[in-house]
Amino acid sequence: MTGLGVFLRAFARRDRWMVLAFVVGITILYWSQAPSVEGTYTTRKAFEEAAAMMESNPAFIAMTGPARALDTTGGQVAWQSSAFGAVVAGLMSMFLIGRHTRAEEESGRDELLRSGAVSRRTPMTAALVVAAFANVLVGIGVASSLVAYGLAVPGALVLGVGVAWTGLAFGAVALFATQLTTSTRAAYGITGGVIGVAYALRAVGDVSGGGLSWLSPIGWYQGMHAYSGERWWPLLLLVAFTALVTVAAYAAFDRRDFGSGLWPSRPGPTSAGPDLRSALGLSWRLQRGSVIGWTVGMLLGGVAYGSIGDDVKSLIGDSAISRDIFVGGAGALVDSFYATAALMLALIASGFTVSSALRPRTEEDDGRLEALVATALPRSRWWLGHMLITAAGSVVVVTAGGAGMGIGFALTTGDWGRFGDLLGSTLVMLPGVLVLGGLTGLLVGARPRWSVLGWLALLFCVVVLMFGKVLRFPSWLIDLSPFSHLGRFPAEPVAWGPLAVVLLVGLLLGTAGLRAFLRRDLSCS
Amino acid sequence: MAPGALTCRPDRVAHRDSVAPVEPPIDISGLVKTFGHTRALDGLDLQVRRGEIHGFLGPNGAGKSTTIRVLLGLLRSDSGSVRLLGGDPWREAADLHRHLAYVPGDVTLWPNLSGGEIIDLLGRLRGGLVAARRDELVELFELDLTKRGRAYSKGNRQKVALVAALASEVELLLLDEPTSGLDPIMESTFQTCVNKFRENGGTVLLSSHILAEVESLCDRVSIVRSGRVVESGTLAELRHLTRTSIRVELERPATGLGGAEGVHDLVVEGTRASFEVDTVRLDDVLRTLTDLGVRSLTSQPPTLEELFLRHYGDEIETMEPA
Repeated sequence: MTGLGVFLRAFARRDRWMVLAFVVGITILYWSQAPSVEGTYTTRKAFEEAAAMMESNPAFIAMTGPARALDTTGGQVAWQSSAFGAVVAGLMSMFLIGRHTRAEEESGRDELLRSGAVSRRTPMTAALVVAAFANVLVGIGVASSLVAYGLAVPGALVLGVGVAWTGLAFGAVALFATQLTTSTRAAYGITGGVIGVAYALRAVGDVSGGGLSWLSPIGWYQGMHAYSGERWWPLLLLVAFTALVTVAAYAAFDRRDFGSGLWPSRPGPTSAGPDLRSALGLSWRLQRGSVIGWTVGMLLGGVAYGSIGDDVKSLIGDSAISRDIFVGGAGALVDSFYATAALMLALIASGFTVSSALRPRTEEDDGRLEALVATALPRSRWWLGHMLITAAGSVVVVTAGGAGMGIGFALTTGDWGRFGDLLGSTLVMLPGVLVLGGLTGLLVGARPRWSVLGWLALLFCVVVLMFGKVLRFPSWLIDLSPFSHLGRFPAEPVAWGPLAVVLLVGLLLGTAGLRAFLRRDLSCS
Repeated sequence: MAPGALTCRPDRVAHRDSVAPVEPPIDISGLVKTFGHTRALDGLDLQVRRGEIHGFLGPNGAGKSTTIRVLLGLLRSDSGSVRLLGGDPWREAADLHRHLAYVPGDVTLWPNLSGGEIIDLLGRLRGGLVAARRDELVELFELDLTKRGRAYSKGNRQKVALVAALASEVELLLLDEPTSGLDPIMESTFQTCVNKFRENGGTVLLSSHILAEVESLCDRVSIVRSGRVVESGTLAELRHLTRTSIRVELERPATGLGGAEGVHDLVVEGTRASFEVDTVRLDDVLRTLTDLGVRSLTSQPPTLEELFLRHYGDEIETMEPA
């Protein structure tokens, strides 16, 4: 394959920091579970109690995976991290494949490269090789860090090899998805959807025991039973799936023209409809796909949490351990569970908020803002149009999560009386979501180069939720997360004062972003 | 449609009410703009008069696009005065933009919007476009409106921006290398439309690399170099500052030419001579020639290329090893 070496070197150079971040991140995700578990359960009795509690908790099982050997450190590590690790590795592969294949083709850079002494299949093969290499690094990182911690080698190997192959399997899906559509964004949407469905299939399968997990690559990975009687044959399913999808991707690639997708793009209207009359209309048009997708996703996620219903009551004992895991709490543990679920839903919804608040930056960087601002459209109105979609979209997405939870609860228990509480529990988190949006807006407005920090802020809030209590973060650090001030309705009464303050902070950040944006030069290509 | 039937601009241009009739649509003096350590504009002066097509010439990186972006209020000037249609381009940007249209040299479109949607969107945001003119321009430029933004070629992206600009009701066009990627037929359609726009009282600032385009369209030209305007005037005035090349056959041997003021690069072969003469000295030199008896004479006026190269000649010389 001509030119493969050149491509590999160029890709490796472009990707090194991104791959490093993913490898380190996933390794920490796995490794950190071990000291976290051993630090939390200092006595054998406490550990066994906690394990028994977790084993019988469908919420946990739905979130993480089938409960096996939970009274061992290795079993806990495998249980807590394998599903998330597989999802993150899948996303890494998706971004690596997408940026080197469809994104290059869409931008026209690929055309230039392929005019060189390069085989037709070289760029996509190089992308696949880079993705495979990155997943191997993830596998090595995971396995070696667990062995270094002192866990048994066979289980570490299963976790490492398994996460690498699951990541690569989703990479193959991404490779196929990029053959279908002409836009990178749509290819990411398809791949992300496949990863989401794979996660959901195993969640339902693990809880119901109905075998649905065997339709999911993540299920195959967890079927390798790390630290609970390792078995290697499910790896064959991962390998076969990856090979099959890769062959399909190559076949599709060979049948399509450069720049096209297997799905033909439909012709557009010859004139604009009434929606494209203002900056707000344009922002809505640009973001509506994302708003709708997130709303549906959050609704389904909410239903999943809600449908666990008051199983929680019978399953969670009123033990010190469960209180630790569910953010502590004075109220009933059921309410505490839903307060935590609401916080998780809000953090997931923040993914929409941050990406939506970053949209103006893409528009500016790609040069499309220039054409708009050269019309009679004031800069402020363009900015507000995007921010309004971000804010309103966040309200809708968060509400969808809360409503889903209420619906799910009502569907399983027949009790619609809790709908308001469960919806309210998520809405209470909204000010925190808006602070993340406002902060990202301020970064885009004032220092566009630093706008990635918006994602870091969200990551920080997630880390505080997941590890803040367990790893005993200092209180000032925990207080940096806006979500730490919002109380835990329905476990606690709504704290209107702090809630208003957090909302005000979000508003101030957003306003500061607008002011900074109005004062600076636009970035011009 | 025959070119004579073109009616790209059927209406007279309406001028912005507040503008005093004497004030030029674009009036820049001493404009400075720095990016970090780079001084992109270094005391630039530029006047564009009402009703003219003003050529804005200069090599890449000379500061043409930066100037236009300051005029559009995308960039803030560091110092100097900039007046656009009698207003401040930074503070009154949106209001002023009702009266102008802009076409960049590298148009980027929304990948998911069709060409027709983009034209309408830009027109509406500017305050409306003339539907009949839009349809006519689409036909003239042979533009497929149903394609999505991501599917257009370079030339077709330019056409989308050109149609959006020319179909709107404005008095000033800011064109930054607007025809890059257009084929020669579309180039001539573009020139016809811009000429119509001027005939109806519109004003145009045309930044361009295509000297033939500038030569056939522009009333006046400003040449910019390293962030300053080094020459400004009508093409005739600028020609005056350069040399005319002359080949002549005389009755008597061509003596005495070598000492004449303003003659350069003289080559004499008996009664034949070829040389270049400063255009201001042309009259004196011709008198000397007629004294020697002229049998035949060909003269070539300076081309715009020569004008242009005169100002960048030293750069070219330093680039070529001696």
